[in-house]
Order: sequence, then C-alpha cells, then structure tokens
Amino acid sequence: MEFAELIKTPRVDGVVLHRPFLPTVEGTLCLTGHHLILSSRQDNTEELWLLHSNIDSIEKRFVGSLGSIIVKCKDLRVIQLDIPGMEECLNIASSIEALSTLDSVSLMYPFFYRPMFEVIEDGWNSFLPEDAFKDLESMTDEWRLSEVNKDFSVCPSYPPLVAVPKDIDDETLRKVATFRHGGRFPVLSYYHKKNGMVMMRAGQPLTGTNGRRCKEDEKLINATLRPGKRGYIIDTRTINVAQQAKARGGGIESEANYPQWRRIHKAIERSNVLQESLIKLVEACNDQSHNMDRWLSKLEASNWQTHVKEILTTACLAAQCIDREGASVLVHGTEGTDTTLQVTSLAQIILDPSCRTIRGFQGLVEREWLQAGHPFQQRCAQSAYSNSKPRQEAPVFLLFLDCVWQILRQFPCSFEFSESYLVLLFEHAYASQFGTFLGNSAAERAKLSLPEKTVSLWSWVNRHQEIERLTNPLFEANSLVIWPSVAPQSLLLWEGVFLRWNRSSKCLDEAYEEMVHIIEYNKELQNKVNSLRRQLAQLETEDPLLQTP
Amino acid sequence: MEFIRLPKVENVKLLDRVSPRRSRVGTLYLTATHTIFVENEAGVRNETWVLHSLVCSLEKQAATSSGYPLLIHCKNFQVLHFAIPREQECQDVHLSLQRLQPVKPSYEELYCFSYKPNVDDEERQNEWDFMNLKADYSRMGLPNAHWKLSPANRNYKVSDTYPADLFVPESATPPVIVGSSKFRSRGRFPTLSYYSKENHAAICRSSQPLSGFSARCLEDEQMLEAILRSNPCSDFMYVVDTRPKLNAIANRAAGKGYENEDNYSNIKFQFIGIENIHVMRNSQQKMLEVCELRSPSMSDFLEGLESSGWLKHIKAVLDAGIFITKAVAEEGVSVLVHCSDGWDRTAQVCSVACVLLDPYYRTLQGLMVLIEKDWISFGHKFSHRCNHLVGDPKEVSPVIDQFLECVWQLMEQFPCAFEFNERFLITIHSHIYSCQYGNFIGNNQRERIQLGVHQRTHSLWSYLWTNRTDYINPLYRPDHSQTQGLLRPSTAPYCFKFWRGLYNRFDQGIHPRQSVEDYLRTIQEETQQLEEQLASHKQVNFKLPLIMSEAAPFDKSPTAWTLSHDLRLANTPQDYTGGFITSSPSQPKAPDSSGLILLPQDLNQTSIFSLSNSSDPESGIADLSCRSPLSEDSTRDPDSDEAVYSAA
Repeated sequence: MEFAELIKTPRVDGVVLHRPFLPTVEGTLCLTGHHLILSSRQDNTEELWLLHSNIDSIEKRFVGSLGSIIVKCKDLRVIQLDIPGMEECLNIASSIEALSTLDSVSLMYPFFYRPMFEVIEDGWNSFLPEDAFKDLESMTDEWRLSEVNKDFSVCPSYPPLVAVPKDIDDETLRKVATFRHGGRFPVLSYYHKKNGMVMMRAGQPLTGTNGRRCKEDEKLINATLRPGKRGYIIDTRTINVAQQAKARGGGIESEANYPQWRRIHKAIERSNVLQESLIKLVEACNDQSHNMDRWLSKLEASNWQTHVKEILTTACLAAQCIDREGASVLVHGTEGTDTTLQVTSLAQIILDPSCRTIRGFQGLVEREWLQAGHPFQQRCAQSAYSNSKPRQEAPVFLLFLDCVWQILRQFPCSFEFSESYLVLLFEHAYASQFGTFLGNSAAERAKLSLPEKTVSLWSWVNRHQEIERLTNPLFEANSLVIWPSVAPQSLLLWEGVFLRWNRSSKCLDEAYEEMVHIIEYNKELQNKVNSLRRQLAQLETEDPLLQTP
Repeated sequence: MEFIRLPKVENVKLLDRVSPRRSRVGTLYLTATHTIFVENEAGVRNETWVLHSLVCSLEKQAATSSGYPLLIHCKNFQVLHFAIPREQECQDVHLSLQRLQPVKPSYEELYCFSYKPNVDDEERQNEWDFMNLKADYSRMGLPNAHWKLSPANRNYKVSDTYPADLFVPESATPPVIVGSSKFRSRGRFPTLSYYSKENHAAICRSSQPLSGFSARCLEDEQMLEAILRSNPCSDFMYVVDTRPKLNAIANRAAGKGYENEDNYSNIKFQFIGIENIHVMRNSQQKMLEVCELRSPSMSDFLEGLESSGWLKHIKAVLDAGIFITKAVAEEGVSVLVHCSDGWDRTAQVCSVACVLLDPYYRTLQGLMVLIEKDWISFGHKFSHRCNHLVGDPKEVSPVIDQFLECVWQLMEQFPCAFEFNERFLITIHSHIYSCQYGNFIGNNQRERIQLGVHQRTHSLWSYLWTNRTDYINPLYRPDHSQTQGLLRPSTAPYCFKFWRGLYNRFDQGIHPRQSVEDYLRTIQEETQQLEEQLASHKQVNFKLPLIMSEAAPFDKSPTAWTLSHDLRLANTPQDYTGGFITSSPSQPKAPDSSGLILLPQDLNQTSIFSLSNSSDPESGIADLSCRSPLSEDSTRDPDSDEAVYSAA
C-alpha cells in the first residue's frame, strides 16, 4: 500500500493535544492512511480521530527539541499537537501534508470506509430522478423525462435524466445544448403546484459578440409559458459582467429574440471572490485582539454577509416572481453550476414546505446540487486556512447553507431539522467517510462507481438515531410560503459554524436542552392524559353505572 | 382642546420603511394625549397609538406622489412616516402636534400627573409600597456589625441629589461623613451600593474628589479607611474611576479630579475609560441614523454600526462591571466606584456589577429593585437625561439605555439565567421615556418628594408585577446552574450584537417571523393545565366522565395555534426587486390568498390563549409593546402585491 511510504513515523508517544475550551490530553499519536489519531490510553478519555482530508493546512513551530504542529481543519477548528523530538515532529508534519493533499479521488477514505451500522435504506437509491418525476407527473402532464443525456454526451455536468417541456423533442434539446454554456440547456428545477408556474435553470446563452441566436432555445423556454403571459429571466450577474461575457462567447438573452421574457440582473459574486471572503471572515473571527472597531471593520471587509444578503435577495425575487407574480422563471449565471443553484435551491426552501423537512432537504441537495452538477470536489478541496493559491475552490455550498440557516432563524418552527443538520452537511461536503460529495458531476460519480464502492451519507443520516439528533423540537408542519427578511439587521453571523471553536457554547447548549425538556415534558403529560382517557373509556363500557350522566 | 386644529384626517398613508408594500391607508386622529392611526380595513380595527410624550421630533418633508410627508420620531425609536393627502391638512396636523408640546416646559404638564387609570387612592398607595429598598438592604444582611444606616442625609442637607437613607461604614462618624461630602462633587460622599454577605466585600459609590492638583481632605481619607476596615478580610481596596484618564486629568484643572494613591492608605487606583454623556449621545444618534436607513446594504449597516462606536461603549461598560465583579467575588476586595458626578457611569457600572454578582438582580423583582436602588434613589437625572422637559439638549444622554442593553447582551449569552425576557427590558425602556408613571420623573429623590410623585402618580413597578406573566423567560428555572452564582460573560467583540429588538423594534418586517419564546410560553401554559387536570383526576377519581370531557381539547396538538397565529404574517415579502419589476406581467389574482389565511378552527383556538390585540386607551403605550405590532399585520396581506409593483 502506498500510504505506508508516506508515513515515516507512524507512532509517537507523549504527544500533548491542545483544543480550545477542552482540557489538554497527553497520549500516543498514530498516523494511518486516512486518520490522525491521538489516544491517551486511559479509560473515559476521548480519543481524537481526525480525517486527513479534513486538514486544510498545518504550521510547524519549534522550541528547543519540542515541536508543535498547529493543525487547521476545513471545519474551521484549530488544534495544536506538541510532539517531543524534532525528527518525529518533522516526519509527522510531512506525512500529514502529503496525506491531506492526495490527488487521486480513488484513494480517498470513502473508498476504504466500511460502515459500522446496518444500512437499512441505501441512500444512493433514495433520490432518483425518475422518482422525483413521478411526483411531478401527479401534478402536471406538461413535462417529460428526457434521456437525451443518458451517456453524458449532450451535457457532461447534467444527470442522465432531466425534465423538459413535453413538446420539445430530444433533437431540439441537442441543438439548444450547443447554444448554452457547458451544454446546460434549460431544464425544470421546480414546479409550483399552487399556480403551475415553473422555475428552470440553464447555462448562459452563447450569443457571443455578434448576437448569435438559437430558435430552438427560444422555442424551449417559450414552451413553458402560458398563452399571453410573460416570464422572468433572472441573471445572477450584473449587466456589466454579463455584457463582458459576450467577448468570451457567452452573453444574455436579448429582448428582441425573447420578447415574452423580462431579464433581471442581480449581483452574486463567484469563485475566487467568495473564497477570499471566507478566508477574511474566518480570520476576523479568529482575531484575538479584543477590539470592537477592528472586529466590525474586518467583518464588514470580509463581505461575507453581503454575499449572504445578495444570494438570499435573489432567491426571494425568484420565489416572488413565481408565487406572487404568477410568472415562470429561468435562472442562470455563467456556467449555471454555482450561483444559479444557490438561487434555485433557496427559492424552493421558501416556496415548498417539503424542502424544509429532513428528507425533503436531502432531496433538494441531491436534485439541485449533486445531480445538477455543482463541482463539489473542486469547490470544497480547500477551506479557509488554505495557503495554496486557490484554483477552483469557493464556498458556494457553505453560503447556501448559511442562507438556509438565516431562514431557519427567522422561521424557527417551520423546519423539521435543526441547525446541526446544516453544520453536518457543511462538514461532510468538505471531508467525509461517505461518498456523497465526491466527484464533480453525475458523470464523474458514475465513472468512479461511487454507489457501488462507497456508502451514501443519506444511508447514515436516515437512521432513527441520527434523525432524532437532527430533528428540530419546535417543528410544526407549515404549508405556507415563508418570506424571509433580507434587511441587514435581520441577517446574522452564523455562529454555529464561524464561532463554533472560538467560544464556549455551554450556556447556549443548556438553553437548547431546557427548551427540549419543556417540550418533552409537555408531550409526556399529554400522553398521560390521553392514556387516562382511554382507560376511562374502557371503564365506561365495562361499568354501566358510569354511563349515566 | 384648543391646541388641536384638526382632530381627524382621512386617507392618510402610514408608510413602512422596510416593506413599502405594507404601507397602510387609514384615518389619523389627534387627541389630548395620543396620536391615533386607524387603518381602513373592513372587519378589523387596526390601531396604532402614539403617546404625545414619547414624541421627540416632528419633521415635514417635501411633497411626494403619495402626499405630504410628516415624520414623527419617538423616544422609543418608533418612527411614524405619514403621507397626508392635502398640504393644509399636513400643516394643521404639524401645528397641532407642535402645540401639544411633546416635550413639556414644566413637570406639572407631564402625562403621569393626568394619567388616571381606574384605581382608587388606597390601591395607588399600595402600588408605591410595592417597592421597598430597605428590604433589599436587609436581604444583603444590612445593617450589621460593619455597616449602618446613616441619618446624615435625612433632609437632603449633606447631598441634595442623594437619597435620604444611606448605608455607611460603622466607624464613619457624622463629622467624617460631612467632611468627606465637602470634598466630593455635589456632596456625593462614598456610600454603600452593594454588600456581599458571603465575604464582606462591598461596592461603594461616590462622585469625584475635589482634589485639584494637590488638595486633600482628612475626613475623606478617613472615610475610605473606614470602608476598607469594614471588610475585615482584605488589606486594600480598589478605587475605580470609570472615566478615561485624560478626562479625569482635565478635571483637576477645575479643582476636581481623582484620588492620589499617596494620600489614601492601601488603595489601588484604576481608570476604566467609559466615555462621557456627550460621546454616548452622539454615538447613539449615529447608530439610530444607521437603523433608519432605507434599504441599506450590508456594508452601509456594518460600517455605520462600527463608526457609531456604540457597541464599543457597551463593551466598555460591561468590562468595567466585570472588573468590579471579579474584585468583589474572586478577590473579596471592596471597591469604590466614581466618575465625575457619580450618577451616570457610576450607576451603570455598579448596577451591571450587581447583575453579574447576584442572581437576585436577574429576577423580575430584582431588576426593578436594582433600577430603583442604583438609578432612581441615587439620583440618576432621568428628567434631564431622557429629555422629559424642555431643557439643555446637552444634558440628554442614553445612559440608562446602555445599562438595559448590557443586561440584554448578557441575556443573549446566558439564555437561562434571567427570569425576565427581552419584552420586560423594552417595556421598562419605553416607560422611562413615556412619563406615564411617576417613577422616573425628576432628577432625584428630593425633587420627586417635592412633586408629590407618590401622592399623585402611579408606579410602573406594580404595573409590571401585575402583568408579570408577559415578562417571564420560559427558559428560566431558579434551580438551573446558570441561575446560580456569578455570571462570567465573554467580552470578545463578536459576543456583542446589535439590539434589533429595541432599536428597530417597530420595523416589523425585519424580526423573526416565529417566536421561540412565545411558542414555549404557550406550551408551558398548556403543561400547567395538563398538570392541573392530572392532579384533579387523582383527587376526585370517581367523577370520571367529567375529566374525560375536560381532556378533550388536548386531542389536537396544542402547539399548532401559536404557530399559525404567527405565520399569518409570514406571508408578506419585502421589496426584493430593487425596482426591477416595474409592472406586473398580466395581473393574476393570486390564487393562494385564501390558502394563506388560517383555517377557521385554528383562529378560534388562537383566541383562547393569545392576548387581546386591540389597543387599550387606558394603558397607552403599554399596548404598543412587542405584541401588538405583530398582530397588526395579521389581517392585511392578500392584496399587498399590487401595492408594491404599482408603486415601484
């Protein structure tokens, strides 16, 4: 096994682990192919198991012969390991560096992980496009499931099956694909049952500088409009950025060619800008100087909250067009794999109550992120502590989760899941024993045989114990559309992620427990009263005396 | 009422800053005490009541398409933006409101002297007897061998801004007290604020010494010596000057200043650096401007918040409170706190320290006692600071706001530690400014006695106590670990949050649409009923059929009704369009409107537990507290679409 070559010193004794808000632990440090393990070999002491893939970067420090490795994780945690012996420390550090930056996907832990639990429901089969389409069919017959992309040749980032207007044949789809960035022709993202309006998503049209036109594209998206009605195209880029894209072959839908559509430009930032923003935000949160001005100006300069506000506003706008304006919507940015998905998925959280359940949210992540071709592998390769030059990394999915958290904060009783579910998805998107977030598209996942060779995150989450842990005790099914506020005063810093390791959460955890206690005690009493009633009813039938009033 | 030129204006628009689509049309009424806006909406009476005495400014703006704008700014941070159809009407309303003089020239005209709820005189007297500071001092174990009640200020002769009853060290003789008072600004000599019976450490307070560059006073030195000796476990004491060092040094030139460590035996002197009332006033003003921005960007907001410096000042007050708490609780050392006059920063710091030190002050009753003790009795100049009367605008400062905010910040960190909720703080805040109750009238005890406040007005404390179920924090348990002992808050900058609930309180659109607290409160009420049912069942188990029928309502999940009540307001989008959508493409009547409204049976159940939504003219602004703005929204909604798109 080639891991062994990378591990020069597999074991060091007398290593001291420092973690914020927890007592230090002294023990033996072991390196395996996928884990860094620290064990005190005493009973009752917690062991540290850290996936190498969770390590974002490390720093070495030496004082005499005592070396320290500061390990910065993708989940934003920072720990310190004091290692006696200069050589051991250097060996460990170089092993961690090598093991945490393995290039080959097939060497990743999910391919080696064997579940310690019984897989009752295989998550790989839980959210198949054909099942989702069955639900759609029960509401409308205006759409069909096309197999045009079954070998991923029309659009490499789309799944084999996509929902398109019934009247558009596969030949037309092939033509449209050549007119859209990455072959991402407009497909159905969401059907609003209440009024039959739809949300579609696509890549940008490839109009170029000479205003290329594609009749089939026009036909496709017009096929989704009711007679005499207009729709909205929400372009997630500013008009300037969109115009500049023409020089690189991209572009926008011109009013002349799309007279039934009204184009709205928003300004959601992408890729490098977002990665920078995350790095700055985390730096601000880790700043030890107790200076208020510095904190607020760093928070502001990170622009993270601005991105949250912009994404949420655009999603609300899309939802508003559909629900309030009674219009259909097409969403795209440039590639249609990042900002587009933020908008379409958040709009569904707002509009569709089923997306606010634990299972429904999985379905949403599957449909609108995994199958829709968000390149998780590239985007989540590095997190906030990365020293290397960012390539394709961007916290697009984390921003989506942050926006969901904002809505959850504003509607604390309308979600079946609690904040910990969102934190869990953040962690697993960046480092996981499960195969769910590996690869960049359905095509890559098929090539890697992930469903056969790895375990799905959903197989683990959808077990009774986990569901219970992730359930929001305040949940009451709410069938309404929920309109969040996007005022700056309403948008908060997501402490559960960004300050998670910087402050003790003891008091807040206690408050949560107290809340659960209040609700559970109430349920207990209700059960008592109900069981009494049943007993009484029984007595009543047995004892005729009681029947007379 | 001869002041009111126009008692009623119809077709007035009340504009919503956050969600323009929520603007409402209705009738504006002017009465002797309130401005009332009644929304035109068939079936439901939605009313907004604004007490004239809460108004701090009126502003007419240039005409717009929706009419002649009149802005009313209130001291509880409510901003009413009316658009009045005709210029003359706007003129008349403006003039009438000006003549009604929101800020009164004399005490006699304040609302508390004309506020007459239906309460007889004996009951009114009982209201005032509810608050008993002596009981709090005996709770601390006073008087005892080290501290005695001094009659020195019985007639307000030694210090006219101090209360009559003061605790001083057992060894402090009248000459020492009088001598010390002559060496302190406004005669405010060192006296006891809080005593820890566990370890004998005390928090004392005073004003600055008149030391100038070299003056000293033997009696003042003896006074501090006496305080030090009243704590037998400690061989030194802290003297904390809450001002920035530069300010204190500047005061020396005016013959005032701070204690010289060489002249006082065994003191450790410490500056803490809380800014003065002028800085605080400007800071809050800047922050409020940020709160009132129309659709600000995130950067506008965060930059504005930073440059206002407000959270920095809040942190400074809390830091000072923590310093004193540590000295008293961990080191067992007594502390003397002062600033310049000892009625602003000193009050803040002493009371914050009390909240941190003593769980009692985190109860409903305890917080009222604390405000009565460290603020009202020790002469925080409420009427000056809160602009009750026409006077020097430089005397106005949100010193008490900062104290209430410190408590709120602590509640955010320790959600189970406080018996009261945010609504309690906000209600107190409102009434400090409303002048509806006599508690905060005047600047010190002597003035309140002269005004006959106890004989002629009503007390807020008993009102709050009577309505205490509204103010209970459902997460509080007296036996919870957070409830016990010291609070040790974090003062990392990110622990300080913007207090949306107070400063943007009336911007309904920006608050969470569902309240966990209200949800839990309803659950607890229901739990209580279930408990009673079970208990009664055990007592009279032969009346079985009766119990069965009582149990029936709980068949359905009880929690649904609170939720659905809240959710009706979930359905109004903000203006997300940024003006992009100027006209609607064919206007379909939203087919969902009826689906958004509650099912009838839910509505019925809502009415069982939720409090009445209607405004009660008797209790005035109390009804404008958190709950009623929420309910105002509930009825208006289905047709709000058109409003925004056509307006845009």
